[in-house]
Amino acid sequence: MRKTLLYSALILLSALFIAPFYWTFMTAIKSAADLYQFPPVFWPSEWHWENFGAAWNKQPFGTYLTNSVIVVVFSTIGQLISSSLVAYGFARFRFPGRDPLFIVLLATMMIPWDVKMIPLYMEFNMLGWINTLKPLIVPAYFADAFFVFLLRQYIMTVPMEIDEAARMDGANAFDIYWRIHLPLMMPALVLVGTFHFMNAWNDYLGPLIFLNDQSKYTLTLGLSMFKGLHEVDVTSIAAITVILCLPPLALFFVAQRYIMDGAVGSSVKG
Amino acid sequence: MDMTYAGAEPKVAKRKRSAIARYAAPYLFISPWILGFLFFTLGPLVFSLTMSFYDWPVVGERTFVGLDNYRTMMMDDPQFWESLWITVKFAAIYVPFNIIMSFFLALMLHNITFASGFFRTAFYLPSVISGVALVTIWSWIYSKEYGLLNFMLSLAGIDGPNWLGDPNLAIVAIIIASLWGLGGTMLILLTGLKAIPKELYEAATVSGVPGWAQMLFITLPMLGPMLLFTFITSIISAFQQLTIALLLTKGGPLGSTYFFAMYIYDNAFKYFDMGYAAAGSWVMFIIVLMLSLGVMRWSAAWVYYEGEVRQNDGDGHA
Repeated sequence: MRKTLLYSALILLSALFIAPFYWTFMTAIKSAADLYQFPPVFWPSEWHWENFGAAWNKQPFGTYLTNSVIVVVFSTIGQLISSSLVAYGFARFRFPGRDPLFIVLLATMMIPWDVKMIPLYMEFNMLGWINTLKPLIVPAYFADAFFVFLLRQYIMTVPMEIDEAARMDGANAFDIYWRIHLPLMMPALVLVGTFHFMNAWNDYLGPLIFLNDQSKYTLTLGLSMFKGLHEVDVTSIAAITVILCLPPLALFFVAQRYIMDGAVGSSVKG
Repeated sequence: MDMTYAGAEPKVAKRKRSAIARYAAPYLFISPWILGFLFFTLGPLVFSLTMSFYDWPVVGERTFVGLDNYRTMMMDDPQFWESLWITVKFAAIYVPFNIIMSFFLALMLHNITFASGFFRTAFYLPSVISGVALVTIWSWIYSKEYGLLNFMLSLAGIDGPNWLGDPNLAIVAIIIASLWGLGGTMLILLTGLKAIPKELYEAATVSGVPGWAQMLFITLPMLGPMLLFTFITSIISAFQQLTIALLLTKGGPLGSTYFFAMYIYDNAFKYFDMGYAAAGSWVMFIIVLMLSLGVMRWSAAWVYYEGEVRQNDGDGHA
C-alpha cells in the first residue's frame, strides 16, 4: 500500500520533470496548423522532421556550432590537464604553504561570478581578447577549484605505497602522475570532463559578455539572439532548442554511471 | 639517497639540483592554479575593489571618488534597494524550496529499489541542459493562450493567468523554472542518505524508536554536512540568478523580476559605468559572504560530523 503510494507519487513527479522536454520536442516537429490549437496537440498528426533543417538554415547555426565545439574541446582538454596536475600536487606532496593554499582554493568557490565578471571583461579587453573565443578557453587551462577538490579526493584514496614502489623503480614525480595516477583517475576524469563539457556548452553569460560578432557566437548565444528576433517562429526555436539539448543529454547518458556513482556527493563530506 | 663523498664535485651539483627540483616539484604541479588564481581571481578582485572607488567608464577619464559609488547606491538609487529586495525575496523562497523538495525526492528515491535509476535520471535531466534552453522551454509553458500550464489549469476549471505578464506572478514563474533544475542538489542529498549506516536505523527500530524520531535524530543529523553544503551553494546561486531573469522576463513586468545581478550587469554592460557596477558587485560579495558565514555558524548547532556521533554513542541513548 505504502509502496503503491510512493510509486504513484514518483510517476506523477517524474512526469512533471520530463513533460517540458516532451513538449519542446513535439513543438519542434509539429505542423504549423497543429501549433496554435487549443486544447494543445499532444500527439501531432504529422511529423515534420524537415523543421530541423529549415530552422538550421535560418541563421549561421553551423558557424555557432563550430564555435561551441572549439570552445568545448579546447577548454575541456585544458581543464583535464590542469586540474589533475594541481590535484596531484596537493594530494601527494608536503610543502610549506600547502594547507593555507588549499583553503584559499576552497574559498574561491564562494566568490560570486558577478564580482569577477567586470574586472575580467576589462582584463580581456586590455589583452585584446574581447570578441575572440580566448576568454572562454584560456582560463580552463588554469584549473578549477571544484574539479581540483574532486580529483584530489580521488587521488587520496590511492595507497601511497604505489607511489613509493614506483619511486624505487626510478620514476620521478611527473612519471608517477602521468603513468600511475592519470590512468587510475579515469573515472573521476570522466566526471570532470562531463561537468566541464556541460558548463562550457551551456554557458550563456560568458559568450554574452565577451563576444560581439555574430561570426563568433556560440550556439547558446546564437539561439537566444535568434529567439529575440523571431519570437513568433516557435517551431524553429524549438528545433534549435532540441539540437542544443542533445549533446549534454547524450553525454549524460554515456557518463551517467560516473555521475550517479556519487563522486560529487561523497566528496562534499571530506 | 646517493652515498657519494662530499668531495665529488659534479655529484654535489647534481644532488643540489635534484634537491631544488624536489623542493620545487609540488609548486610546479600546482602552478597552473596559482597563476590562474593570480590572473583570474585575485587580480580581478583587487582590480574590481579599486574600480569601485572610481568613476570608471570603459573608455575615457577615470576619477577617484572614494566611497561615492557606495553612497550614491544606497542613498540616491532606488533601483539598488528594489533589486536587492527582489533578490532577497527570490532567495528566501527558492533556497528552502530547493532543499526541501530535493530532500523529499531523495528520500523517496532512497526508499525504492525497482526503477530507482529511471526516476533519478528523470529528476536530474533538467539540470543537464543550458539555461537558454530552459528559458525557451518555460516561456512556452507559461504562455497565456497556448501554454501547457494554463491548459492544465483549464482542465481543473481554473482560468490561467498571464504568468510572465503579471508583476506578482513573474517571480513565481522564475522560481518554478529554477526549481526544475534541482537535480544536482537532489543527487548530493541522495548520496548522503546512502552513506548513512543501516545499523543506526536497525538499532533504533529494535529499541522501538518511531519513524519520525529516526528521521529527526538519525537522518537529519547524519545528513548535516550535505545539507549545509547545499544550503550555501543554493544561496550563492540564488544571489547570482541572472540568465533566467535576463531571458525569460527581461527584468519585467514593471521591474518585478529585476534581480540584483541584473542591476550590476546593466550598470556595467548597458551604461558602461564600470566603477559603479564594481561597487554593486562588492555589495553582493559581502552579502553572500556574510550569509554563508552566518549559515556555517548557525549550522554548528545542527551539523554533526561522524566523529562526534561516535562519541555520543557511548552516552547510551538507547
